[in-house]
Amino acid sequence: MESVLGRYRNLIILVGVLFAQMLGLAVQVKRTTDTESTRLIRIWTVSAVTPFEKGLVWIRTSTYNIWHNYAYLRGVRQENRDLKAEIERLRIEQVRLKEDADQARRLQALLSFKEEYISKTLPAQVIGSTGSELSRAVYIDKGSADGLEHDMPVITADGVVGKVLQVFKRTSLVLLLNDQTSGVGAILEKSRIQGVAKGTATGEVFLDRVMSDQQVEPGEKLLTAGGDRVFPKGLPLGTVTKVSPGQEVFLNVRVKPAVNLSRLEEVLVIVKKEERQAVAEDVAPVRAADVLAQRLPGVPDKPPADDPNKAKTADSASGTQNPAVVPPAVSPNKPPAPKPNASTGSVPRAEGVAEKQSSGTPVMKPAVSNTQTNDAKIVEKPSKPAASPQSGIPPQ
Amino acid sequence: MPITYTSGEQVEVYRFSVPVTIGVPLVALFLQAWLPLHIHFFSVFDLPLLVTIFFAMARRSQVAGLLTGGIIGLLQDSLTHQPIGVYGIAKTIVGYGASSLGIKLDVENAGARFLVILFFYTVHQTIYFMIARALVRLTLEWSWQRELGAAVANAVLGVFLFFLLDRFKQRT
Repeated sequence: MESVLGRYRNLIILVGVLFAQMLGLAVQVKRTTDTESTRLIRIWTVSAVTPFEKGLVWIRTSTYNIWHNYAYLRGVRQENRDLKAEIERLRIEQVRLKEDADQARRLQALLSFKEEYISKTLPAQVIGSTGSELSRAVYIDKGSADGLEHDMPVITADGVVGKVLQVFKRTSLVLLLNDQTSGVGAILEKSRIQGVAKGTATGEVFLDRVMSDQQVEPGEKLLTAGGDRVFPKGLPLGTVTKVSPGQEVFLNVRVKPAVNLSRLEEVLVIVKKEERQAVAEDVAPVRAADVLAQRLPGVPDKPPADDPNKAKTADSASGTQNPAVVPPAVSPNKPPAPKPNASTGSVPRAEGVAEKQSSGTPVMKPAVSNTQTNDAKIVEKPSKPAASPQSGIPPQ
Repeated sequence: MPITYTSGEQVEVYRFSVPVTIGVPLVALFLQAWLPLHIHFFSVFDLPLLVTIFFAMARRSQVAGLLTGGIIGLLQDSLTHQPIGVYGIAKTIVGYGASSLGIKLDVENAGARFLVILFFYTVHQTIYFMIARALVRLTLEWSWQRELGAAVANAVLGVFLFFLLDRFKQRT
């Protein structure tokens, strides 16, 4: 018996080691969501490997910065001029987009719409990968000590990267969008068709669960749907590149990720999201005319005894008690008298600003546009008329 | 003389210092995790496997070979988000096989090493594929073309790597 054991000792050890590993593997597979049982060995390995990775990334970044910030400054002036021009262009675009956003917020408020907002992000450096093509994930240099938690979304300026899968003290493992165990609730930008963006073993991304009778066009953008409670709604996921019939009643929709997942260097982790109901601007409507009028030198008060009706009409038209905006009693530039709105009973405001004449009497000038007044916010809303029994208009 | 059949007494058995025994596998793991980020095609290589084969064949001890393979494989597993043990089992078998071969054959030249690595890479991938599909239920697509290409690439790299690691050998 002893001779048999001695003869097959190595083989018995091999079988024992394999059996132990298979047993461990089976236990882990059964507990699909539990990584705590293997956490210790993961911590050891990550602690052993990541300091070297961090060091190398630091050396590489420092060298790059020294070269690009000090040595390689050719063309910086031209680039600076181009960037300034770009800023000007973007400022103009921002004004337009703000108008659209305000309008959207007002509509959302009407619908009691709740939406998640990204309220805080944390930049992180990608320091390493898993080294396996069957585990498409990367390590970043931020961990629980920096406030990271499991399931936090990871993005770049281009779109979604993935989500935090495992958190260690100083590092975290981020599961990439194209891993075969990854899944993100997605919606097509134009057709509003919803599905699940899933990775494959070969590192591609497909939009799953799209019925074959639905129309999906290549080139359409794919966004996060927000229903998975991980990613906020509306982040770019990718672009549809190919649509073909799939298994059963579903389409095969191939998606090119918005982010180049094989060339990641810096990412943003969304550490705080806020769900809040959209609210329309509840700031009282202020007209540019009013703001400018307040900044102009004041006009001495006139005794209202001369013509009290005119003064009160002007007050109710401007919606303010500022004496500077009292229109002149007699002026060639006098605008037509305000008429009450038949449906609301409100009075449209006089479109103009008060300007002081050399004689000290203010006159009405044409209203300035909102793009000309940087410091005045114009909201075109029907104003509440001042409750003025003299004007004969009932208050709302 | 590509492959020499020798008796157990005739083959050279090598040992390695503790820093090399611990450091080389760790460096291999580190490079395997770090280089694919910057050199994308590097992901076809499996440096921990090459190190496993080298140590197993140089030590010519089956127990040492399977333990080396098992530990390196488990460490490699622990860097991924998959269950731990898939690489561990595959590399345990490769370590045992490579050391068994090392007992019988004296593989010192480039041609023999190329063939040995080619063979064990294919064995490793086959075992890995079977475990990943049968036990972990991962969806994998086997492509002979791709696997053979990767095997050749690993064999070429392995030949150079083995000559580099030969410098750390110490005669018993």
